Amino acid sequence: MFYREAGQFKTTYADDQAVFPILQDKIAVLAVIAVAYSVPLFANEYWLQAILIQFLVFALMAIGLNILMGYAGQVSLGTGAFAAVGAYACYKLTTNIEGLNVIVAILLSGGFAAAVGIVFGLPSLRIKGFYLAVATLAAQFFILWLFNKVGWFYNDNPSGTITAPPRELFGVQITGPAATPEARYIVCLTFLIVGAWIAKNLARGRIGRSWMAIRDMDIAAEIIGIRPLRTKLLAFAISSFYCGVAGALMVFCWLGSAETEAFDLAAVSFPVLFMIIIGGLGSIGGSILGAAFIVLVPIFLTNFPPMIGLEISTALQKHFEEIIFGAMIVIFLIVEPEGVARLWQILREKLRKWPFPY
Amino acid sequence: MPDGTQPPTGRVVGDVIMKVENVSLSFGGVRALDNVSFDVREHEILAIIGPNGAGKSSMLNCINGFYHPQEGAITYKGKRRDTAKTFEAAEEGIARTFQNIALFKGMSTLDNIMTGRGLKMKKNLLWQALYYGPALKEELEHRAKAEEVIDFLEIEAIRKTPVGRLPYGLQKRVELGRALAAEPDLLLLDEPMAGMNHEEKEDMVRYILDVNDEFGTTIVLIEHDMSVVMDISDRVVVLDYGKKLADGTPDEVKRNQDVIDAYLGVSHD
Repeated sequence: MFYREAGQFKTTYADDQAVFPILQDKIAVLAVIAVAYSVPLFANEYWLQAILIQFLVFALMAIGLNILMGYAGQVSLGTGAFAAVGAYACYKLTTNIEGLNVIVAILLSGGFAAAVGIVFGLPSLRIKGFYLAVATLAAQFFILWLFNKVGWFYNDNPSGTITAPPRELFGVQITGPAATPEARYIVCLTFLIVGAWIAKNLARGRIGRSWMAIRDMDIAAEIIGIRPLRTKLLAFAISSFYCGVAGALMVFCWLGSAETEAFDLAAVSFPVLFMIIIGGLGSIGGSILGAAFIVLVPIFLTNFPPMIGLEISTALQKHFEEIIFGAMIVIFLIVEPEGVARLWQILREKLRKWPFPY
Repeated sequence: MPDGTQPPTGRVVGDVIMKVENVSLSFGGVRALDNVSFDVREHEILAIIGPNGAGKSSMLNCINGFYHPQEGAITYKGKRRDTAKTFEAAEEGIARTFQNIALFKGMSTLDNIMTGRGLKMKKNLLWQALYYGPALKEELEHRAKAEEVIDFLEIEAIRKTPVGRLPYGLQKRVELGRALAAEPDLLLLDEPMAGMNHEEKEDMVRYILDVNDEFGTTIVLIEHDMSVVMDISDRVVVLDYGKKLADGTPDEVKRNQDVIDAYLGVSHD
């Protein structure tokens, strides 16, 4: 009833290809952004630190993986490795170069991750699907092994961890132990919004179309002039850039300090893969929804049973979590391979006609 | 295709733009093409016919750079084609459609056609990331061109439909649209009318003739429907078992004894 495009006529192609062609959508998105920025006013530290910052970091990583897997169709299990490259590069940059702005350092570490992504993307010209997944798995194990083994990467720190040094932006501490969760939340949120906007722009332009063409029918794509290697490597580079930036944020704005275990297959690569499967392959909004889902389920399992007077052990809770994720992934793969994003789209289509569906 | 329809007038068949000379292609022991030679002239409609397995699609794949013949040469606009890479064909103005539809299933009709214009879009990654200013302007210019193609093929109603959901006949039309969007000089059509009913065939023939007439596009097509081939093509090349049997106007080919034998069979006594 309230969600109608009636009366909103598009008279130019620019209007027709807008991301949110309907006015109601535009208002809703702006409202969500405004609410997101005002969250620090009423959220407590637990919420910011344990839930929201984690969600923002993983959402950015999910966008990265979705570019590679959902748009360009190249399966990757190396998300954790690319994130680790970003984190360790950011650590080396900030500790070795005095006075380097931390935002610049984070973006540069994305660049390092992109370079590593290109190298591990090279096999994609020859191999596809499961075999490519295994090749990227090699990246995952090799890079984490390297970061563990070679002391130079963590400045020969006896504990073997990397710790975010305190850095300021506009006079406010945004990294290090003294940085408030509010400041770190705002930094991560800004990265996510800008990142999502850029990803959407790439996805709906020429580059996104060539990624999808390679994904859907590589031979036909090549015959209309799309260079397969260049297109796939660009997808690897941009995807790894997002993962690298998210990895840097993970250490600098969320965890504070980390070892390579934080970037494990089970800690990063698989959860991010689940996020995009549940959220929706080939959808930027879906990546964000999927990240919210995966981050919120464990939190829900921790808090909900006590609320209704049920005490369950943490081990049982962990098992429940795995059962729920497993079931969700199977259900989504069978019933709705396009994920929550597609369900959301169906809901909107229904809403447009509600309450008179004819 | 009512009887008596002549190839469209108002266009002049020009010089040779592509030369196929003594091309041979083998897959292991199978000789798919054996010493095939023919010319393609500018603005003409050339049909390649022959029984199943005669090597027609292999011929197109060689022209495309998808297969590389072991012997012989293919020269297009003075440049060797037989050694070129697949993606270079599009850069030189060669577009094609496939026998089994090869559309990008997850994308809308409009996006499929826009993909055909990809080579003409030059703005770099940074502008693309902003989707503003020059990048937006470029996108809109090409959208207008894509809309011209959509208009030409009368597929306005399905421009936002994912192509996977379209019926077969329309998918074939979208595939032609994607090829046309690249504004090719040479259009290769691999069985554009396969599996269509009479009405759809008439539509497709009309589009092919219009493309040839309006844009002067040279067309090489493979087709099994002889009435179509004989009606619309300027010249016909007949292949059988990888060898060229005949080459000439439809009337000459129709009277050629080898061709009649290949199609109707010949008694071995």
